[in-house]
Amino acid sequence: MEHIELFFKSIFIDNMVFSVFLGMCSYLAVSKKVATAVGLGAAVIFVLAITVPLNWLLDQYLLQPGALKWLGAEYADYDLSFLSFIMFIATIATMVQLVEIIVEKFSPSLYNSLGIFLPLIAVNCAILGGSLFMQSREIATLGLATTYGIGSGIGWFIAILAIAAIREKIRYSNVPAPLRGLGITFIITGLMAIGFMSFGGMLTGGDEEVKTEEKTAVVEPVVKQEENKTEALADNTIKVIE
Amino acid sequence: MGLLSKKDANLILDPLADNNPITIQVLGICSALAITAELKASLVMAISVIFVMGVGNVVISLMRNIIPSKIRIIVQLIVVATLVIIVDLVLKAFAYELSKTLSVFVGLIITNCIIMGRFEAFALANGTWRSFLDGIGNALGYGVILIIVGFFRELLGSGTLFGIPVLGDPIAKTGLYATGYENNGFMIMPPMALIVVGIIIWVQRSRNKALIED
Repeated sequence: MEHIELFFKSIFIDNMVFSVFLGMCSYLAVSKKVATAVGLGAAVIFVLAITVPLNWLLDQYLLQPGALKWLGAEYADYDLSFLSFIMFIATIATMVQLVEIIVEKFSPSLYNSLGIFLPLIAVNCAILGGSLFMQSREIATLGLATTYGIGSGIGWFIAILAIAAIREKIRYSNVPAPLRGLGITFIITGLMAIGFMSFGGMLTGGDEEVKTEEKTAVVEPVVKQEENKTEALADNTIKVIE
Repeated sequence: MGLLSKKDANLILDPLADNNPITIQVLGICSALAITAELKASLVMAISVIFVMGVGNVVISLMRNIIPSKIRIIVQLIVVATLVIIVDLVLKAFAYELSKTLSVFVGLIITNCIIMGRFEAFALANGTWRSFLDGIGNALGYGVILIIVGFFRELLGSGTLFGIPVLGDPIAKTGLYATGYENNGFMIMPPMALIVVGIIIWVQRSRNKALIED
């Protein structure tokens, strides 16, 4: 349940492009054709799904205050969190390079479709942003971090796919000359972001239901105990009377 | 300008208008838009980027002859990351509230495409002094857009500038609010940042026809 909730939340509500503007540079630069947009989007999902859990491990066992406890008690009060930017970006750059080499070796066809985009991705803010948000939102487990990575990747994919499709169509429209190209893309993205804001209510309704269920579940045993107590009390009084 | 030759002065002046990194080169939009709901945050972000770009361009241009071209991206990332850590720690020490507002966006200066873009396009091929000017110029061009967007969003969205009310008191209905004016809360929402930048591009390109795309 937790996983499904985080998954949809990271796709629609905290969408990388529309709610925090991450990865805007490549979003604007590579969205002229649907085919290339799909390639870049797939590469982003792929890299996010690998780097977010990796950086989660780094954060948990190296960077957080007290994370070095596993080395021994004398390391327990080290706080290396100021190093997180440099560690995260190094992990991302290395992973991108590694993924590129592995994909080239084992799947040349995938390499041909993804390959040219992979180097671009090392400096895509959506990737570093994924890791930094994972850190600042304090995602609890490795599994959730993976879900978060994949979810944000899919959110980014949907965004770039949609804008590429719109830009292919809008070429035939009569846009005012100064707005043509970049200007209209910005405004369309703004309008799409307004549309995505409507997803904001998607999960709040569900949250309330879960909470009330938990409450009633918690309340019931207490009531039963009280009933037992009153029964016991009643028994006692009966005994006393006898 | 007596201090700078005309060529050098152009390095600073060009990015402010006709070769602006945000509206023309389409670089550095990533971390720019989310923090422009307040003028103060925009200003701090602009200053941080000016620092990182100026120093970063100098460092890269000093090292340009010894960096092997195959690993240059990693070297660049490390240089930027180090500078950004300095900015982050300074902000945490002297402006803690503000660094909370900026949250992860300080870290995202690392992947700000302006910085990598200028390293690749300029600092790797030019001398130290020119690279420094180029860095400052581009960061200023970025900062100008950030401040324009921040100015309009804060003024129209919450009726304040730098947190100081300038249009009167919305609750007591003084100043402009006495005439029935209301704050447009929508300006503070993320989508409006995009639309405001779109409008800036529109204004700029209709003033300078040479910039129009076909």
